[in-house]
Amino acid sequence: MRVLVCVKRVSAPGARITLTADGRAIDTRNLGFTTSPHEECAVEEAIRLVEKHGGEATVLTLGGAAAEEQLRYAVSVGIGAAALVTHPTLDTTHANGGDGGIDAEWDAQATARGLVDAIRELEATGGVFDLVLFGNESADAGSFQVGVRVARALWRPIVNGIKGIEVEETSVTARRESSVGFEVYCLGLPAVLGVKEGLNLPRYPTLPGRLKSKKTVVNVIGVERIAGGMRAEQLINPVETVSETVMLGTGASSAPAIADLLQELGLA
Amino acid sequence: MSDLPSHANVVVIGAGIVGNSVIGHLAELGWRDIVQIDKGPLPNPGGSTGHASNFIFPVDHNREMAAMNLDSQRQYVEMGVNTYCGGIEIARKPERLEELRRRMSSAKAWGIEASLLSPTEVKELVPFINEKIVLGGFYTPSVSVVDSLRAGTIFRERSMAKGALQTFANIEVLAVETSNGRVTAVVTDQGRIEAEHVVIACGVWSPRIAAMAGASIPLTPAVHQMIDVGPIPVLEATNCEVGFPIVRDMDTFCYERQSAGSMEVGSYAHRPIFMRPNEIPSIKESRLSPTELPFTAEDFDQQLEEALELMPDILATAEMKYAINGLLSLTPDGFPLIGPMVEVKNLWSAAAIWIKEGPGAGRMLAEWMTDGTPEIDPHHSDIARFYPYARNDFHVRARCAEHFNKTYGIVHPREQWASERNIRTAPYHSRTEALGAVYFQAGGWERPHWYESNAPLVEKYGVEDRPHEWDRRWWSPISVAEHLAMRDGVAMVDLAPFVVFEVSGSGALEYMQMMTVNSVDVAVGRSVYTPVLDVNGGFRSDLTIMRTGEQSFRVVTGAFDGPRDEFWFRSHLPESGSVQFVDRTSALCTIGVWGSKARDLVSKVTDHDLSTEAFPYGSHQEALFGSLSVHMFRISYVGEFGWEIYVPMENATAVWDRLWVAGQGLGVVPVGAGVYGTSGRIEKGYRLMGSELDNEYTPVEAGLARPKVKSADFIGKAQYLAAREAGPSALLCTLTVEDHVSPRDGIKRYMTGGEPILHVTGDRIVDPKGRPSVVTTAGMGPSVGKFLLLAYLPLDLAVVGTELRVMYMNELYPVKVAVAGSTPLFDPTDARLKA
Repeated sequence: MRVLVCVKRVSAPGARITLTADGRAIDTRNLGFTTSPHEECAVEEAIRLVEKHGGEATVLTLGGAAAEEQLRYAVSVGIGAAALVTHPTLDTTHANGGDGGIDAEWDAQATARGLVDAIRELEATGGVFDLVLFGNESADAGSFQVGVRVARALWRPIVNGIKGIEVEETSVTARRESSVGFEVYCLGLPAVLGVKEGLNLPRYPTLPGRLKSKKTVVNVIGVERIAGGMRAEQLINPVETVSETVMLGTGASSAPAIADLLQELGLA
Repeated sequence: MSDLPSHANVVVIGAGIVGNSVIGHLAELGWRDIVQIDKGPLPNPGGSTGHASNFIFPVDHNREMAAMNLDSQRQYVEMGVNTYCGGIEIARKPERLEELRRRMSSAKAWGIEASLLSPTEVKELVPFINEKIVLGGFYTPSVSVVDSLRAGTIFRERSMAKGALQTFANIEVLAVETSNGRVTAVVTDQGRIEAEHVVIACGVWSPRIAAMAGASIPLTPAVHQMIDVGPIPVLEATNCEVGFPIVRDMDTFCYERQSAGSMEVGSYAHRPIFMRPNEIPSIKESRLSPTELPFTAEDFDQQLEEALELMPDILATAEMKYAINGLLSLTPDGFPLIGPMVEVKNLWSAAAIWIKEGPGAGRMLAEWMTDGTPEIDPHHSDIARFYPYARNDFHVRARCAEHFNKTYGIVHPREQWASERNIRTAPYHSRTEALGAVYFQAGGWERPHWYESNAPLVEKYGVEDRPHEWDRRWWSPISVAEHLAMRDGVAMVDLAPFVVFEVSGSGALEYMQMMTVNSVDVAVGRSVYTPVLDVNGGFRSDLTIMRTGEQSFRVVTGAFDGPRDEFWFRSHLPESGSVQFVDRTSALCTIGVWGSKARDLVSKVTDHDLSTEAFPYGSHQEALFGSLSVHMFRISYVGEFGWEIYVPMENATAVWDRLWVAGQGLGVVPVGAGVYGTSGRIEKGYRLMGSELDNEYTPVEAGLARPKVKSADFIGKAQYLAAREAGPSALLCTLTVEDHVSPRDGIKRYMTGGEPILHVTGDRIVDPKGRPSVVTTAGMGPSVGKFLLLAYLPLDLAVVGTELRVMYMNELYPVKVAVAGSTPLFDPTDARLKA
């Protein structure tokens, strides 16, 4: 089977996020980059599906040249092929070391259009992807839109929030948690799924995996950027809530104080 | 809010291994009212200690560092946080095998058990190694892994149990206040603490804290990449933290260290990556900790390939679970930054210290703060060692960029820096350059070490070359030839790097007497050579002092010790202001003219009476070279008749030129520091601070004690008197190498210094104070036709004619004691000097 995983390069900040001087982006000078935990699970699932059913998994991202790092990481853990969907404006993002110009950020609509164009190009030469996996939402923008927009444009069924996948001959069974148990969906292939962290336990790269990923040739696909859409005007850090740690003591002598506190909280 | 006190005797900033070691030893030495603060949480506040690999390879070529390593390991053992696992430094390249043999000699010197292993023997200890790419190994059974966080907690707990310490975590330092050049308080985000003493022990952040007080700590935070690979079944099966020897893959600058079920691979091979202390992210901004920065995988790929090559069986399938660009501290010369800071009184530095030397460094600083000097001589670690040009970020980065990849490199004892050159040059530099000077750097100065223009002298004197590349590196037979030419005729020596202080004022005599062992109360126009003692009676310096007036003195010291000496003198100036101290190094240039024809030469440029009657040995006089005023000093560090000629910088080229022209008919040769600093010096038995002299040895042992002791008080006097009373435990001797032929490959070898002197049986020689006999200087004595070694020997061996061995590159060579004490081997009556 042919599986496509779509990922997004995002910064990996600590507890406090520092913004650039103009307040339009995250200051990434000291930050590493990653994909969201959801997407790590999507990558892992693609590898497992191919291990189980045969075929090939491809990882795809829309971004500047620096986003190859995330593609190669996916290859280092076992994805077979990588495609970078790109446009000159994407190299001007802060995350790419650019100045974050006005066209640097692509909103969900522009991103989805770019991905669809690229997927169509990949499918024209390599055949249809039986399954396209997205993370449920990106770790930075969190718009929850790109997967749905891509599925709609490709006219394929999609379910989000997936934490279990079983592929059969012509369909895929997908499970998602609800407040009362699991919802089970059966989608005809080709289909699109937005998966959530917890779907599986992603593996780490091996040394040979990392070295192989360096040699992988990334398929670079240029796309157009559609006009309009949304763009971020300003990022604002929420007011920090300061919580103070109170030491109740150390060792056995702290037991009475702990007991008092539990009673005070109505837990004992 | 914390109940931060408003006053403390000492505030220690930092709760990593260094800050914890400092407070532990301060409390042990009786200090109370210690307040320790850190901006991070305990027990891991987020500095370099938290991500350290925590291993100790005790062998180091440097005595001070080896001593700190061993002291630290003893302390970790005592605290129960030390696990011996052994360690192997492996060679992939032939030149590394020679370096491993050199390490065997250093291990012997410091009494550390070690052995060389064949590839098969390496494989026996580390079964998962690919022995086919290994040429050999250097095995140290006492390599260990320590729990540095636990050690820190123990130090704190012990100090608290004494009622000596309060520790406050999660406190940010905002300012360090000073008044009249003295530290007064630390201002934090949770209050202000007035303090008598402040210790900066905050690792990579130390420069930032020092700058708050207007002081400098010359280090740079630098990336050391490390990954953790696992799980690995053969490691898991050991069921312990470390069950296999740590492997240092020296030629790839990497190490492989078991960490429970996985393998840590660390590297010093990647490009130097530096940060500035103010750029380090805060704890909250950090994904892991402030010193565990995002891993830049592309910098590590080469090391991955090499690690896979070395341990293919276990590393091929394991996963990289953790990978960081870890921050650690680097300094311009690779040594720690310990001691009182030169800019601010009662402000102390304990920075750029790694896990392996942490507790030893903590003890060193605590002793320094308590007694005024540490037990281990701190020559290399003393933060006062830097000239101003070396105290800034530009210099730090230039030098650290150069030496980072030499962390596991093969560094020759005479190796010269490539960066930051030509920053201090003599006014007549173009003249020495035209003579083909090969420059070594001394105190930042470009100092000719030998002159290629003297190459024809090699044949003239039939100087033997050295057949081994290592022995010949940073050396030339020309140097030996220059030496002989000087003794035969006359030489000019560029002494521009001399450090010159002028001391004057109504209290100058009293002050100078307090600083020196020998009386400086000599006639104006006379001079004194004298030890300067540390408070423990060991050497702090040795100096030549000219009395230039009733209350004025000119003090001359060497380029390598200028900053330490200046700090020592300045910090003892009377507060009354009765003594003025001026550094005239940049104002005065010095040229040496020495040799039997020196008088003939100098008399061509001056009408001054140069006869010995008018200008005796040890005297100094103002003279005119035509219209140019110079200060001539009849002294010699090479044991020859002649003068040091002090001239204003702007006249230096003119004076050089006049002397040079005058010398042409006399066969004058330019002579470099290879003669001045080594061959000319050691055949005269002259001692050098930092080589023969340090605070672990006394003037009695160095053979520099005079028959009588002056009545005036001086620093270290009581200890000096006690040392005279007790007599020496060892005596500085001059030894001759009796046979240079290597038993292994039959070629002649020449020591470089630092080698152990051994009994004929190959056993170590240790004096009653526990100090091993080690070569302090090695070099040719061209005029005596022997290769000479200086070394301290216990009294029973310090007898002329005693046959011993020197271990060089793990082989023994016969040596014989030629002089016990300070009698010169060449011209023992100093007839030439006093001619």
